[in-house]
Amino acid sequence: MSNGKKAVRKKGGLNKAGIAYLFLAPYLVLFAVFIVIPVLLAVILSFTDFDSINFPNFIGLENYITLFTSDSVFMQYVLPNTIKFSLIVGPAGYFLSFFLAWVLAQIPHLPRTIFALILYSPSMTSGITMTVIWKVLFNGDQTGYLNSVLINLGWIQEPIQWLQSTEYLMPVMIVVSLWSSMGVGFLAMLAGILNINTDLYEAGYIDGISNRFQEIIYITIPSMKPQMLFGAVMAVVNTFQSGAIGVQLSGANPTPQYAGQMMLNHIEDYGFLRYEMGYAAAISVVLLLLIWFSPRVIFRLLGEKD
Amino acid sequence: MASFQGTKINPTRFHKSQIKFYIILIIMSVVMALPIVFIFCQAFKPIDELFAYPPKFFVRNPSLSNFRKLFATMETSNVPIARYFFNSLASTLLTVVFTLLISSLAGYALAKKKFRLKNFVFNMNTLALMFVPTAVMIPKYLVINELGLIDNFWVHVIPALALPVGLFLIKQFMDQIPDELLEAARIDGAKERTIFFRIVLPLSKSPLATVAILAFQTAWNTIDASSLYVNSEVNQTFAFYMSTLTTTGNDVVGQGMAAAAALIMFIPNLIIFIVMQKQVMDTMAHSGIK
Repeated sequence: MSNGKKAVRKKGGLNKAGIAYLFLAPYLVLFAVFIVIPVLLAVILSFTDFDSINFPNFIGLENYITLFTSDSVFMQYVLPNTIKFSLIVGPAGYFLSFFLAWVLAQIPHLPRTIFALILYSPSMTSGITMTVIWKVLFNGDQTGYLNSVLINLGWIQEPIQWLQSTEYLMPVMIVVSLWSSMGVGFLAMLAGILNINTDLYEAGYIDGISNRFQEIIYITIPSMKPQMLFGAVMAVVNTFQSGAIGVQLSGANPTPQYAGQMMLNHIEDYGFLRYEMGYAAAISVVLLLLIWFSPRVIFRLLGEKD
Repeated sequence: MASFQGTKINPTRFHKSQIKFYIILIIMSVVMALPIVFIFCQAFKPIDELFAYPPKFFVRNPSLSNFRKLFATMETSNVPIARYFFNSLASTLLTVVFTLLISSLAGYALAKKKFRLKNFVFNMNTLALMFVPTAVMIPKYLVINELGLIDNFWVHVIPALALPVGLFLIKQFMDQIPDELLEAARIDGAKERTIFFRIVLPLSKSPLATVAILAFQTAWNTIDASSLYVNSEVNQTFAFYMSTLTTTGNDVVGQGMAAAAALIMFIPNLIIFIVMQKQVMDTMAHSGIK
């Protein structure tokens, strides 16, 4: 994409631009009001002591200093949980999406469509209604389905409190999030693989590629970089969006001994339960920064942005 | 050339070399489908099977008792079920229609018009692809409060309309429409409005269908608006009502009803996706971030 020259070329140019803004206007207004302004407001509020009743006072960096120096829950549980969860769910979900998309591309159209539909179907369920299903499957007494199966197999003796235990809540959250990670990014990568010109492969084999793995590294991924990037962005969003799942599963905010406490929950905890809106806004800003920087780190690691 | 035999991307027919891929896919599909199969089974289990110990995964004697109980419970609530259903249906349809209109107008401008802030706007939108709305729920609440949308039916629709991924997919697809086509229409004297509605939109059926699905899924499934911005029951949605049922009824009877509710929520998503999956794959081919 070339950076369009700013000079107005034709006589009617200005008028044309006017029409363009007219077409854009409805979207831009809504985009500004419901995305840009809330983000800016979060930044502004994060420098205040807003408590939803009194007029906010400017307090500088105090919220951020408190967050990183004296909020022991944040430093001990929330931040490590968020990082751990994101580092597992993000890359694993991304890799799994690509791998399954690649496998799907190796089979004919009809079975591919059916399998793709099955793999995508978890993304169509709504988080909140699924919670009920997970609660039944992971029920803590012996009537829970997972416990029942494991006891029958003789792998465990006592039923495990999956959703209330500090040990298992996080793994369950990770499994549940991975389960629904074959989303839009997965479909984009599948389409990307299918659209690669087959001549490229032929040329690659003439040039000395000798196996499927080299084929993926040297031809498939470089030829569908745009879709890979889109998939990565979607993986990041999916990861951070499912960050509140611990509270839904365990049914409590904070989660048992903060085992599944994530930044979204911490925001809700301070914002809607304690009404420390300024402080909650500071957490929001840190979270947004984390979300916006993580794809950069991923691209660096994967060496995708040359 | 002997080594060139692997490459069977998008094969036309079955070959025994594909068996390994089928095995992977079958295993993964079973794992992924289990919870969904479970919703179906659970929803149709009669009460004695819900209580059964040890619990049985599959349903033996399917019955509609869970659905009957669900609707019976709804009749005893203050607000008639039809009201929740109407709210959901109306807000979802309005969200889909307006999202499509607004993003296709903007997508056309970004794909086919030249103007000063074009790249800036598109880059901002690409950045916003990563936007997680719940991260700024507090300032968003303040904005919505300021606009007087609290407890208003339109709070389900208006804040959901700017869908960055929707604009992104539509714009990327519209990039492919040849400029010559639009130029020819312009020479024939077609007005901007005619070009947009008669040429651009019909050519963009695929991304419109895809964005319709995405907007539908979000609007139909979400409970955020109902739980954060709406206090009066008459303006709450079906999804929200379902979620209150399922969080209060934690007993076994509640579980059956919850599964029935989950199934009712899931089926429309599934049907729409199946009907439109071809358009989705068409769109996704152009979805890359360049």
